[in-house]
Formats: sequence, structure tokens, C-alpha cells
Amino acid sequence: MGAQPEPTLVCRSLRRRFGEIEAVRDVSFTVAPGETYGLLGPNGAGKTTTISIVCGLLRADEGSVEIEGHQLTTRDVAPRKLIGYVPQELALYPDLSGRENVRLFGRLYGLSRAEAARRGDEALELVGLADRGKDRADTYSGGMQRRLNIALGLLHRPKLLVLDEPTVGVDPQSRNAILESVDALGREGMAVLYTTHYMEEAERLCDRIGILDAGELKAEGTRRELISLVGEHDRVRLAGGGDLHAAAAALAAAAGVERAEVADDAIELVVADARQLLPELLRRATESGARLDAVEVREPNLETVFLHLTGRALRD
Amino acid sequence: MHAALLICANDLRRRLRDRSALLVAVVIPLALAAVFGLTLGDATNGDVTFRYAVVDADRSATSRSFQDEVLAGLERQGLVRLRQVARAADAERLAERGTIDAAFVLPAGLGRSVAAGQPARVEVIGSPDAPLGALVARSIAGAWAGDVSSVQVAVRAAIAAGADPADAGALAAAAHGVPAPLEVVDVSTEERQLDPTTFYAAGMAIFFLFFSVQLGVTSILEERQQGTLARLLAAPIGPRAVLAGKLLTSVVVGLVSMTVLVVATTFLIGASWGNPFGVALLVVAGVLAATAVAALVATLARTADQAGTWQSIVALVLGMLGGAFFPLDRVGGLTARLSLLTPHAWFSRGLAELTGGAGAAGAVPAALVLLAIAAVVGGAAMLRSGRLVGR
Repeated sequence: MGAQPEPTLVCRSLRRRFGEIEAVRDVSFTVAPGETYGLLGPNGAGKTTTISIVCGLLRADEGSVEIEGHQLTTRDVAPRKLIGYVPQELALYPDLSGRENVRLFGRLYGLSRAEAARRGDEALELVGLADRGKDRADTYSGGMQRRLNIALGLLHRPKLLVLDEPTVGVDPQSRNAILESVDALGREGMAVLYTTHYMEEAERLCDRIGILDAGELKAEGTRRELISLVGEHDRVRLAGGGDLHAAAAALAAAAGVERAEVADDAIELVVADARQLLPELLRRATESGARLDAVEVREPNLETVFLHLTGRALRD
Repeated sequence: MHAALLICANDLRRRLRDRSALLVAVVIPLALAAVFGLTLGDATNGDVTFRYAVVDADRSATSRSFQDEVLAGLERQGLVRLRQVARAADAERLAERGTIDAAFVLPAGLGRSVAAGQPARVEVIGSPDAPLGALVARSIAGAWAGDVSSVQVAVRAAIAAGADPADAGALAAAAHGVPAPLEVVDVSTEERQLDPTTFYAAGMAIFFLFFSVQLGVTSILEERQQGTLARLLAAPIGPRAVLAGKLLTSVVVGLVSMTVLVVATTFLIGASWGNPFGVALLVVAGVLAATAVAALVATLARTADQAGTWQSIVALVLGMLGGAFFPLDRVGGLTARLSLLTPHAWFSRGLAELTGGAGAAGAVPAALVLLAIAAVVGGAAMLRSGRLVGR
């Protein structure tokens, strides 16, 4: 069995206070190479403060940040080469072309003129802006500007890409393109730290998720781990006619079924893993005399987890 | 340093594309200097020519001496243009119409009265439309009257001492020929005053310098609003490089603006700035002082708009107090003393030394004061720079 790779990012006990408000409280997490780690939380949860500390934009009152074993300090700026930062707001020069933007930041990240040109073009290609590279950024659509914003963060090929809510205010098409790009980067081995308050994005992109609320990391793990952490189960509803009570009794005896009840013209089931059990459930129900017209599966999601952990909805 | 140069180069490229920067740094100050220099200059420079008439009803040696020795000399210097008029009434009419600025009326019997040591009078008729010309005419006549009086006193003294009163004419001629025992020559301010064209060229250049240097330091606040400051600070370059790049932009824009204005006003409107090395020294020191002031104001503001407004107010107040719009030697008092707190006044002082004929060394004291202002104000700005690029 191979050794676990060293984490790209290690955050230890980060704390940051703004006056009376403790924006980040004892936050610790790691991100491994090729892993996409999501910080999920509502607005004001401390996501941006956390990644500002990770990127060296804010000094932590306590705690430490290590990138590939290098301690991040305000004095030693060299480790910042290892980080690509995509801020929440657009951070580009609108009066420069896309190509001029990427080349400038390439040079600022220490690339030679030729290298900055080459990697800049590659980054534009990656985000689908190669054919608009010569145009001024302020002639781009909102979605294209978002994509350029991402290209600026990854053109120097960082070990860790930090994205702060990159899809806020983006049209569905561009949003999808951004998510696909981030997904591809993770698969290529880049460590990605991704903040969002969109549960769907976290579920789709992230290998592990940290639930952040009021500056505290309430829980972290894979989606499945988080869901199981709060003891939630899948719910299946089999609607139809026939002998529903007999079918419910047969289903209740099946392995993995927690509960089976008849309600109206349907059998309501609580199961451990609906996707895995569904074929068996359907077979047992029909064999027991039930005539099924519709099947509905409801899996618990991160919204449920967030509600359970914090007592309020993600978008409150 | 490399990162600071990259940031500066990027700012300059963007400013070149932004035509308003060119307007603020070069076009507007150049245009205003030209307008002020050409229009207001005529009212204050030594090239003004007054139009005077002379009514010589006396036609004596005395009246001719006034015309030949006083007025003719002024006419040769181009200060006055003379015309002879037969009667006082005609001269009065010309003055009333504004055809002349003033008229000297030398009444009949003037020479005889002077020779006899009796009271005599010369009349000056001033045009109501040219008070300055009339004032100058009265001064000319008054100075000549003083001369005549001293001759009369000398003649009377000679006769009292036993000279023959019949020789009064010869005595008067002799007394007239004696050189004045005391001559007052003003070699102070006049010699070190900028001519109007140079004054307004320099005034507009230093005044607009305080606007053009804003383009660098204030852009930190613009970049904060634009989001690019966060990206710059996240790059492996450090906040000092960002700050240095922005300050460098201000200095470069200021130097280019001032250099273009010095050269352009020299060739286009005839400003004379003096020793080029001295001017370069003053320009560099002035740009550093202006950059420091703009940086300090930027550290006090929250937004680029706020900084722009405050910097404009500061530039205007310093410009007015520092004598960018009018010569402070004509104001004097507290205003003149307060002006010494402004870079503008020291820049003008240094230039005045240079145009007065001093070599480059003449600009050193003013340049040192400007550098001291840059150091003090810039130091305060650096202490507060954490507000701009801090964590």
C-alpha cells in the first residue's frame, strides 16, 4: 500500500478577529494534491477571510498556513508562487486585452516574457478565450470575464488553486464551463480550495467539504461522510396499487431497510443507500403483489447536513 | 524592483491609453500657461507702452529740456509714445476719448518762472480709461519737478552767497549739470522676478503637477475597488513592490509632464527657465514633493473618488497659497509667509534665482527645501501606507 501524499495545503488553528467579531475561529483543514476541497457556508461564514489568510492577503491572529511544507509568512513571499488566487470579485484590468492581462500577471509571478506569453495563451485556451485574447477585457461578457479571472489564477501553474465563489452572478452556461474547468484541473493533479454557498457546486466538484458557519468549521469529510455524520437516510416512495400492505411488510424485512410504511397510495421507505437497494426493493414489491406506477428517491443533501449542524438553512 | 517596474510599466501603458492623463499632465497646463502668459503678461511686463501727448505752450529751454531729456529718453526705451498737441483743450479731448493715456501741459511762462525761482506748474491730464498710464505720467512729471526744484534751490543759494542774479540762467544750467549725489537702485526683487510668461508657465506646470502625480498613487485605491490590488498582493512580490510601483508611476508621470512643459513653453511661448541643470534639479525635487503630498492624501482616503476630490482641493489650496496664479511679492504679509509652506513657492523661488542669472547652484537651496518637504510628507505617507497595501 503506497504512502499518503503530503498535503499541498495545511491550515492549522487559524483565527482572525475584526474588532469584536471573530471571523475565523480555530479553523484547520488540509488539501491533498489532486483534491478539490470545498468550504461550504452562507455569506458571512468566514470563507473569504479563511482563503484571504491562505493567500497571504490577511494575517492570521493565530495559527499557520503551509503550502507544500513552506510556512506562509508575510515576509517571505516566495511560497505564494505555489498559489493561484481567483478572487470573488472580478480582478482584472478592463482596459487591457485578455492576453495583456495574463502576460502581466505571468511576469508578476516570475515567468520570463516568453514563458508568460506561452502559458498565458495556454490559460486562455483552457478557459475558452483563446480567440478573444486580443480584445479588451471590458468588451467581454460577464461570463467571459469570470473565465479570464480564473485564467489569471492558474496561468503560472500553481500547486494550489484557490477559488472564492467563482460562479457568483454567472449565467448557467458560463457557470457550467467554469465548473468543468475546475473539475479538469483537479483531475490533472492540482489541489483546489473552492469556496461556495451553492450546495450543488460543492456536491458536484468537491472531493471533501468543510462546513463553515460563523467562522467555525462545523464538520468536514466527503459528501457521504457528512451525510452519515448526521444520521440521515435516503427516502424512497413507491406509488401505485395492489396489495401495498403485504409489499410493505416484505420490504421491511429486507436488509438495509430501516422502515417501510403505507401512506395513501404509496409505500414510504427509509433506507441506508437507495441507489444500491432500489432494484431489490422493486423486485420485492412487485413479487408481493404491489402494482407500481411511480418511484421517487430522495437522498439527503448537504442542505440537510447544514441545517442539522447549524440549525438554519444554507441560504439564510 | 523588477515587480515595481512591471507595475509602473503597466500603469504607464494604461495611462497612455487614457487620453485624460495626457490632458491633465500636458495639454491643459500648456494651454493655460500660454493663455495666461500672453494675455495677463502684457499688463505686467516691461513692454507696456504708454501714449502721452505734450502741450508745449512755453517753448522755452526749460520746457524743451523736459521733452528732450526726460520724455525723449523714455520714448527711446519704448516706454512711451509721444505726440505733440497744440492746445490743452485738445489734449483733454484726446484723453477723454482714450486716444492717449495722459498729456503733459507745459504752460507759457514756465521757463521764466523756473529761472526766476518763482512757483511754476506742470499739468498732467490723465485719461479716465488708463489710470495706470496717468499715474506713471504724474510720477514722471513729479520726478522732473523735483529736479527743477533742486536746481532752483541751488540757484537761490548761489545768489544768496553773492552771485550775480543776472547769472541765474548760467547758474541754473550749471546746477542742472551736477550729478545727483545719491542714486537709489533697486537690485533686489526686480532682478529676481520671473517674467510673466515664465511665471505662468512655471505656475501652471507646478499646479498641474499636483494633479498629474495623482495618477500613480491614487490608482492603488482604484485597483482596490477594481479587485486587482488583491490579486497583486497575492502575487509573490510583496506590498512594498506594489507601493513602489505606484509611486514610481507618479514620479515618471510628473517628470514627463514637467519636462514636456518646460521644453514646450520655452519654444512655444518663449518662457525662459534659466540654467537647465538647475531647472532639472528643481523639477525632480518638485515632483518628489508633489508625489509625497499625493501619497499622504491617498492614505487618508477610503476610495479613489474621495482621494481625487481631496487631492484636487489640496492642489488648489497649495497652488493659490503658493503663488501659482499670481506673484506673491505683490501680496506680501502673512500670505507670503504662509506660501513658504508650499512646494509651489519654493519651486518659484528656485526658478527666480535661475532666471536672475544664478547658475545651477542657485536652485540648490529651494531644491533642498522641496526635498525636505518630500521627506517629511512622504515619511508620514509611508507610516500610513499600511492602510493602502497592508494586511
